[in-house]
Amino acid sequence: MAYLELNNVYKTYGQGNHATNVLSNINLSIEEGEFVAIVGFTGSGKTTLVNLINGLLEPTKGEILFKGEPVVGTSHERGVIFQNYSLLPWLTVGQNVYMAVKEAFPKKSKRELHDIVAEYVEMVSLTPAINKRPKELSGGMRQRVAVARALAMKPEMIIMDEPLGALDALTRGNLQDEILKIWGKEKRTALLITNDVDEGIYMADRIIPLRPGPKATLGPEFKIDIERPRDKTELNDNANFKETRNAIIEYLMDIGNERKSEAQEVFELPDVTPKSFVGRF
Amino acid sequence: MKQSITLNRVTKFMGLGFLITLKSLFTGELDKEGFKNFLRKIVVPIASIFLFIGLWHMGAKSLYNIEAEYKIEKALTEQGQEAAEVMRACIASGDVSCQPNTLPSPAQVWESYKTLLRDHQVIKADKVAFAEKTAALNAKRVAEGKDPITYTGRPSFVDQIFTSLKTVFAGFLLALVIAVPIGVIIGLSKTLRSSVNWLIQIFKPVSPVVWLLLVFMIVKTMTKDSNSDSAFIISFISVGLCSMWATLVNTAMGVASVDKDYINVAKVLKLGPVQKVFKVILPSSLPLIFTGLRITLSVAWMVLIAIELLAQSPGLGSFVWEEFQNGAIDSNSKIIVAMFVIGGIGFLLDRIMLTIQNTVSFNKTSGI
Repeated sequence: MAYLELNNVYKTYGQGNHATNVLSNINLSIEEGEFVAIVGFTGSGKTTLVNLINGLLEPTKGEILFKGEPVVGTSHERGVIFQNYSLLPWLTVGQNVYMAVKEAFPKKSKRELHDIVAEYVEMVSLTPAINKRPKELSGGMRQRVAVARALAMKPEMIIMDEPLGALDALTRGNLQDEILKIWGKEKRTALLITNDVDEGIYMADRIIPLRPGPKATLGPEFKIDIERPRDKTELNDNANFKETRNAIIEYLMDIGNERKSEAQEVFELPDVTPKSFVGRF
Repeated sequence: MKQSITLNRVTKFMGLGFLITLKSLFTGELDKEGFKNFLRKIVVPIASIFLFIGLWHMGAKSLYNIEAEYKIEKALTEQGQEAAEVMRACIASGDVSCQPNTLPSPAQVWESYKTLLRDHQVIKADKVAFAEKTAALNAKRVAEGKDPITYTGRPSFVDQIFTSLKTVFAGFLLALVIAVPIGVIIGLSKTLRSSVNWLIQIFKPVSPVVWLLLVFMIVKTMTKDSNSDSAFIISFISVGLCSMWATLVNTAMGVASVDKDYINVAKVLKLGPVQKVFKVILPSSLPLIFTGLRITLSVAWMVLIAIELLAQSPGLGSFVWEEFQNGAIDSNSKIIVAMFVIGGIGFLLDRIMLTIQNTVSFNKTSGI
């Protein structure tokens, strides 16, 4: 039995004639310790999928099983890193992480909790900024706080919703390495949602494209057989990498074109000739 | 240098940024941009103050002339030529008995201001003398278990200010204690919100006078057996009830419109309901709650005068009313002095609230 399983999941917003089918017939299974990436266009329903898995939303149809149990509401076992950081602006870095840790381990003493906070803030190398508020941090630093907050709860599975989407390329690369390092050390199951194919290939074991919505559904999966640890610079010369990358991009381009052609409508213009007013006045 | 930076920050924080420009004028740090700033923030406002006083002076003078002409005319038609001449001479001589009663000029108001201050000094000296005189007697009375004798003379203008401030703060605290918790509760529940909405919409526009009468009906019965100061109780409760609506509505709105991301965080962290309210919802709606409190305080100060006037509770309101009833030659100018004092204190109260708001809320927007 898979660690996380989605069976024939549908998600519809609204009702009756106003219903929008965002996701339709999603089937996915993730094994323990696996790193899976889902790539898709923006607006294809990626965030909806994430919210279904972490328990913020309920599927309209179908079932979501986590370790064999249906997902009901959120759980500390599934840590989430949100797209827009979602740090509480009135708390400092340390307080943001502390709040999560305190909820995750209600039985631990204050001292132990502070130790955990310090450990994870150190892990994302933000110890000097521990007493700063999110407003005083750069985008990359904020996202690192979000990473620390999610990981400090020691979840069994990490769900990342375009965690690096808003960052510049350099910071992005650094954070990818950091997340991989932490994942490699603790070997948790991870689900990454991204719109960047390269990022997916660099980080994941498996890549599954999401065919864009409405009625988004998952496409065929691509296995990435590149040994870890992966080196970003060497990756460019790796034949395997190039092949997979081209295949995925080709697939995404194809569905993109498909969608475009579907959207094409022919408007017939009426055949008119201008009226002549010559000689009328 | 560092010191001046903190000074700048503090003044800006309190919404008194113009002080910085004034300071840079004296230290000679003024460049071209600074000079423009100086013109805009110091020179133009001061010029407009002078313009205002000038217009006031001219307006008061023409009103005075109209009133004087009317008086002479009246004497002429009722008592004849001779009486009119006497009246004209009397007005020109500045005699108190026949001065036209109209809008006082700035100079008269300034005189009245000084009179009020002198009066305050006299009463203060009186009080000190009274305390000295009764000190021994009071000590004896207290030792015997009797109430000490207190000063029961007329309060001075400054005493009235403090009485008013006391009433307004009591009313403000009442509004805070009622409106914030209720606002949070109705903000959290859509059902509650729609069920009490009609009540809020109906009571919000009710005039302070009606609130006063309502409170009077209730408090009169409740305090039947006690000999406590019911005028103070009535006025501060009315002030609180009149002014609490802004806070109530703003708190409910702030709580109802918390960023969905923060709610998601609370859900993912699995915060309990109490934790969710205190750690996420309240801090994020704090800016709106404070905006409401600022409005509440200024409304409280505004309605206070009318309420004191009607409830016959001591304070600036009754001062204004007594002066109006009094009809002495400088009554009008004393009323104008009270007007400026009321305005000035209202402005100060608003600045204080702004400073507190900036200190406690994460959303550091500059004040208006």
